[in-house]
Amino acid sequence: MFFKRGGELTEEQKKAAEECKDDPVHIRVREVVKSYGEHTVLNGITFDIYRGEINIIIGGSGAGKSVFTRQLLRLEQPDSGKILVDGTDILPLNDWQLVPFRKKFGMVFQFGALFDSMTIFDNVAFPLREHTKMSRKEIHERVFQRLEDLRVADAAYKLPGQISGGMQKRSALARALVLEPEILVYDEPTSGLDPLSSRRVDELIRETSEKFGVTSLIITHDMASVFEIGTQVNMLYQGRIEASGTPDDILRSHNPVVIDFLRASGVSASEIEHAGLPAGRVSYPPGAD
Amino acid sequence: MAETVAKAEEEEPSGEPPEEPPSPEEAQPTWGEAFLEVGKSIMAVPTAILAEVGVMARLSYETFMWGIRPPYRFRLLVDMLEFLGVQSIFIVGLSGLFVGGVFSLQLVNGFRQFGAENQVGAVIGLALSRELAPVFSALMITSRAGSAMATEIASMRVTNQIDALTTMSVNPVQYLIVPRVLAATIATPIMALLAFLVGLSGAYLVGVELMGIDGGIFIQRVKWFVDTADVGQGLTKSAVFGAALTMIACRHGFYATGGAAGVGRATNRAVVQASVAILVLDYVLTAVILGEGAI
Repeated sequence: MFFKRGGELTEEQKKAAEECKDDPVHIRVREVVKSYGEHTVLNGITFDIYRGEINIIIGGSGAGKSVFTRQLLRLEQPDSGKILVDGTDILPLNDWQLVPFRKKFGMVFQFGALFDSMTIFDNVAFPLREHTKMSRKEIHERVFQRLEDLRVADAAYKLPGQISGGMQKRSALARALVLEPEILVYDEPTSGLDPLSSRRVDELIRETSEKFGVTSLIITHDMASVFEIGTQVNMLYQGRIEASGTPDDILRSHNPVVIDFLRASGVSASEIEHAGLPAGRVSYPPGAD
Repeated sequence: MAETVAKAEEEEPSGEPPEEPPSPEEAQPTWGEAFLEVGKSIMAVPTAILAEVGVMARLSYETFMWGIRPPYRFRLLVDMLEFLGVQSIFIVGLSGLFVGGVFSLQLVNGFRQFGAENQVGAVIGLALSRELAPVFSALMITSRAGSAMATEIASMRVTNQIDALTTMSVNPVQYLIVPRVLAATIATPIMALLAFLVGLSGAYLVGVELMGIDGGIFIQRVKWFVDTADVGQGLTKSAVFGAALTMIACRHGFYATGGAAGVGRATNRAVVQASVAILVLDYVLTAVILGEGAI
C-alpha cells in the first residue's frame, strides 16, 4: 500500500456512495469546530450541501467562511465534528485515503491560484497529467474542450500574469472542471470584480452547474450573487450557521442578524417585504454589489 | 478637523469620575510575576530554537517519506538539476577562480618569507579540495538558487498555489521539496568539484604566471599531497550542504505567511540560516571525518 498511488475508494466507501446516490444531500457538515489557540472560529457548524444545486455560504468578514472551506477540503484538520461526503466521514482519513475524495472536489480560489510558472494550457492539463493515463493527444483535446467551454482558448499559451483577472478566474474554473469533479467550491468568486464582471462570473457558475450537473458551493458576501444564482443559502455568523434556506427563506427571515446583514448589503426593506419574487428578480440599489 | 474633535473630546471632562491611578503596590509586579517574566525571557530563545529544530525535523522526515513514495517525477528532478547545477556553473566557476587566485597570492607572499613557496601547491590543493571548494560553492548556490527557491515557494504559499496542489491531490512536499533536495544533493558536489578544478587553475595562474613560482613543483605538490580521500571528503560535505541549504530554503518558503512582506522575510531568513548552517555543518562534519576529538 505504501508504494502505491492513492486514488481508489474502499469497498465500504463505494457501498456508502452507492446508497447515497439518490440522496438530495451531497455533503453533511455536523458540529465542526475549529480553533486557533484560544480563538474559536468555527463553533459547531452544522448544515447540508445539496446535490446538483448552487449552495451559498454568506457571512461578514471574519465569520469563518474561508476557514470552513479549508476544513471541507481538508487543507486543515478540524478540532472535532464530521464532514460526510457521499456517506463517508472524511475527517479521520489520512492524505493517502483522501485522494479519491479530493478528486470529487474542484476548487476555484479567490484569485485563481493558477501556477504562475506554467501556461494556461499546462495549468489546466496539470490534474490530467497527475491523475490520468491519458495520451498527449487526449489531454490536448480535453484541455481545449474546457478552455473553449469557458471562452479562454485564445489564452492557452499565455502565462497567468499576461491575462486579465476575469480570464484568470475562467482559467481556474477550467482547471477545476477538467477532472470532471462532482463538487465545485468557489471562494469569493466575485471579489475584486466590477459589478458587470461579477454578474458574468455568476452566469458562468450557473452555466457550469447546469451543463456539468455539479454540486456548487460558493463562499461569498456578495448578496447580488445570492439572489442571482443561489438555490440554497446558509448564513454563517460568529462560527455558527445562523440561518439556512432558499434565497426567499432568507429574505423572509425574522432573524435580526439576517435582517441586519441584508440591509447592510444594500437589500432594502421593501425588497425584504416583497420576498416571494423568484430568485434573480430582486433589484438592487446602485453599488449594492 | 477629525483630529481637533478627537482632541476636544479628550480634554472635555466627562460626567464620570476619572479613574484613580493604581496604588504603588498594585502597579509593582509581585516577585512571583517578575520571576515568571524573567524565566519566560530566558526560555524564549531555546524554545524558539527547539521549535525550529522540530519543524525542520518534521519536514525532513516528510521529505524522506514522500521521496521514496511514487509517483517519481524525473522531469522535475531534471529541471531542478538544470536550475541548481547548470545555471550555477558560471557563478561557482568565477568564485572558485578568484578564491584560488587570492589564496595563492597570500600563500606565495607569506611562504616566501621563510622560503617555503614550493609548498604552495600542496596547501592550496588540500584547502581547496577539503574546505574552500565545498564551502564556497555551497554558499554561492545558497545565494543564487536558495534565495530563488525560498521566494518561489513562499510566493506559491501566499497566493494559495500550494493549497491548489493539495486540493488536486498532489502532495506539495513531494512535488516541490523532494525534487529540489534531491537535485541539490546531486548538483552541489559536482559544483564543488568544478570549483576545486577552477580554483586550482586560478591558483596556478596567480602563483606560477604572476608570482613566478615553479609550475612543475606546484603541480607535483598537488599530485603528491591531494588524493582521492581529500576530494571525497569535500564532495561528501558538499552533498550534505546541498541537502541542508535546500531544506532550509524550502522550509522558509513552505511555511511563509503574511503576503509580500512574508515572502521577503522567508527569503532573507533562508539565505542567512542556510549560510550559517553550511559553516556550522562544515566544522561538525570535518571534526567527525577527521575524528580527532574536535567535538
